[in-house]
Amino acid sequence: MSSRNMNPTQAQGNTQRQARFAARKRWNTLALSLSLAAMVFGVFWLVWILWETIHLGIGGLNWALLTQMTPPPDEAGGLANALFGSALMVTVATFVGTPIGIMAGVYLAEYAPRGWLAETTRFVNDILLSAPSIVIGLFVYTLVVARMKSFSGLAGSLALALLVIPVVIRTTENMLSLVPAGLREAAYALGAPKWKVISRITLKAARAGVITGVLLAVARISGETAPLLFTALNNQFWNADLSKPMASLPVMIFKFAMSPYENWQQLAWAAVFLITVAVLALNILARVLARQK
Amino acid sequence: MHSSSSSPAVAPSHSARSAHAARHGVWADRLFAGAARGSALLTLALLLGILLSLVVGAWPAITQYGLSFLWRSVWDPVQGEFGGLVMIYGTLMTSVIALLIAVPVSFGIALFLTELSPAWLKRPLGTAIELLAAVPSIVYGMWGLMVFGPILARYVQRPLQSAFSGLPYLGALVSGPPVGIGILAAGIILAIMIIPFIASVMRDVFEVTPALLKESAYGLGSTTWEVVWKVVLPYTKTGVLGGVMLGLGRALGETMAVTFVIGNMNQLNSISVFEAANSITSALANEFAEAGEGLHQASLIYLGLVLFFITFVVLALSKVLLNRLKKSEGART
Repeated sequence: MSSRNMNPTQAQGNTQRQARFAARKRWNTLALSLSLAAMVFGVFWLVWILWETIHLGIGGLNWALLTQMTPPPDEAGGLANALFGSALMVTVATFVGTPIGIMAGVYLAEYAPRGWLAETTRFVNDILLSAPSIVIGLFVYTLVVARMKSFSGLAGSLALALLVIPVVIRTTENMLSLVPAGLREAAYALGAPKWKVISRITLKAARAGVITGVLLAVARISGETAPLLFTALNNQFWNADLSKPMASLPVMIFKFAMSPYENWQQLAWAAVFLITVAVLALNILARVLARQK
Repeated sequence: MHSSSSSPAVAPSHSARSAHAARHGVWADRLFAGAARGSALLTLALLLGILLSLVVGAWPAITQYGLSFLWRSVWDPVQGEFGGLVMIYGTLMTSVIALLIAVPVSFGIALFLTELSPAWLKRPLGTAIELLAAVPSIVYGMWGLMVFGPILARYVQRPLQSAFSGLPYLGALVSGPPVGIGILAAGIILAIMIIPFIASVMRDVFEVTPALLKESAYGLGSTTWEVVWKVVLPYTKTGVLGGVMLGLGRALGETMAVTFVIGNMNQLNSISVFEAANSITSALANEFAEAGEGLHQASLIYLGLVLFFITFVVLALSKVLLNRLKKSEGART
C-alpha cells in the first residue's frame, strides 16, 4: 500500500479524507482555544474583582475604622459598631448552628444512612444549601421579628444560624463516611457504647473535615447580607444588646454604597476590602486544613 | 474474664458497677441517638416551617389576588395595588441571561480542567474558580455598581445601541439609557457568580466518565473535542443538566448583587435589556423593612413564596438529575 501505485480514485479518496481530517483538526483547535478562553475569562473576573477591592479599599484602611462609630454623612468615622455587630452575630450563629449541624450529620452517616428520614433529610438539606438566603430572612422575620415587634440582633443571629446548619451537615456527613469501618468495629469490639464510639472515635477521626465545614460556614455567613436586612436591620450606634437592632458589616456596605456621600462610599470600600480578605482567608484556611487530611 | 473469676468478694460490686455503667450507657446512647435524630428532624421541620410561615404571611395577598397576582403588573404601595409580574419577569430574565453566558463558559472551563490543563495547573485553577463562588455577593454588587456598570455602559451598551439603532427587534432590545444598570448588567454579574457552581459540577461529572470509553474513542482517532462532545457529554448529560439547574437555582435566589445593579424600577415598558427593572429578591431587599403591615407586606411575602417555590422545584430537579447519574454510574461499573 504505497502511494506510488495508487489508482486515481484512491488518490481522490485520500485527498478527501485528508481534507476532512484537516477540518476536524481545525475544529478541534478552535474548540480547545475557546475552552482556554473560557478558563481565562473565569480567572479574569476573580483577578479584576480582587484588584478593584484592594485598589479602592486599601486607601480607606486606618485605625479609625476599628475605634470609631459609623458616621453621619460627610463626617469622619469608622466601622467599629458594624465590625462588632458582625462578629457577635456570626459567633452566636456559629455556636447555635454547629452542634445541630454536626448531630444531624452524625445521624445521616452513623444511624440510619439508608432510612427514609436520612434520605429525605439529605435531599432537603441539599436544597436548603442553595435556597435563597433572603427567604430565610423572611422566615425569621415572621417567626421572631413580627412576634417580638422589634428587629433584633438575636433574629439576625438566628437567620445566620439557619444558614450554618446545611453547610455543617453536608461536610460532617461526608467526612464521617470517609472514616474506615474498621475503626468503629474495633471500638465496638472493646464494648464501647455507640455514643462513645461516635463522639470519641469517629468524630475525632473526622475532626479536620468537620472543622473545615465550620470554617466554610463561617466564611459564608460573614458575607451574607440578605438575611440580615429585615432581621438585625442596622444601627448607627454601638450596641451589644442582642434584643435591639444591630449593625453589621454587609448591611452597612449596602447602605453606604447606595448613598451619594463620598465618605460613606469610601467606608463601604474599606468594609468590602475587610470582608473579602476575611472570607477568602477563611476559605483558603479551610482548604489547607482539608488537604492535610 | 480474669477479674470476674478472681474473687467472690469483688464480683458483686464489680457487676453492680458494670450494670450501672451499662444502664448509664443505655441512657447516654438513647440521649445521643435522640439528639442526632432530632437534629435531622429539625432540618426537615425547617423546610416545612419556611413554607408554612410564608403561606401564613402571604395569606392576605393570596386571598385578595389568588393566582392572578402572578400576571398583574401593577405595583403601587400608595394605592395598595399589588401584582408580581414585573418582579417575576426581572428574576426570570436576569437568570436566563446569566445561563446563556454561564453555561458555555462553564463547559469550556470544565473541558479545560479535565482534558487540557497540565496536571500542576489543575488544582490552582480549580481553586481560583471555586473562590469566585466564595466572594460574598455584596462584593459583587458593589463592584458591579461602581466599577463594572460604567465600563459596560461605555464599551458595550453604547456601541450596541449605535450598531442596532433602527433595526426592528434588536433596536428595541438595546434601547433605553445606557448607564450600565439594568437587566443586562444584573444578568452578566449573575453569570459570573454561577459559573463556579456549574463549572465544578461539570468538572466532577466529566471526571467520572470511564477512561475506557474515552480511550476507545481516542484509539479510533477522535480528536479531543470529538471525545468530549460525542463521548463524555452524552455519557454525563444528566449530570451536566443537574449542574445547570443548580446554577439556575442560585441565580434565581441571588439578592445583593442583583439589587445593586438592576436599578430597582417597577416598570415593564419595553423589552430592552438596558432598562432598569426589579427582581423578586431586589424588591424584597429594598421594600420589606419599610413596608407597613398589611397588604404591602403580605404581597412581598407572596413574592418570597413564589421565589421559594420556583427555586425549590429547580433545585429538586437538579438533585434528582445528579442522583440519577450517580445511580447509573453505580449500575454500569
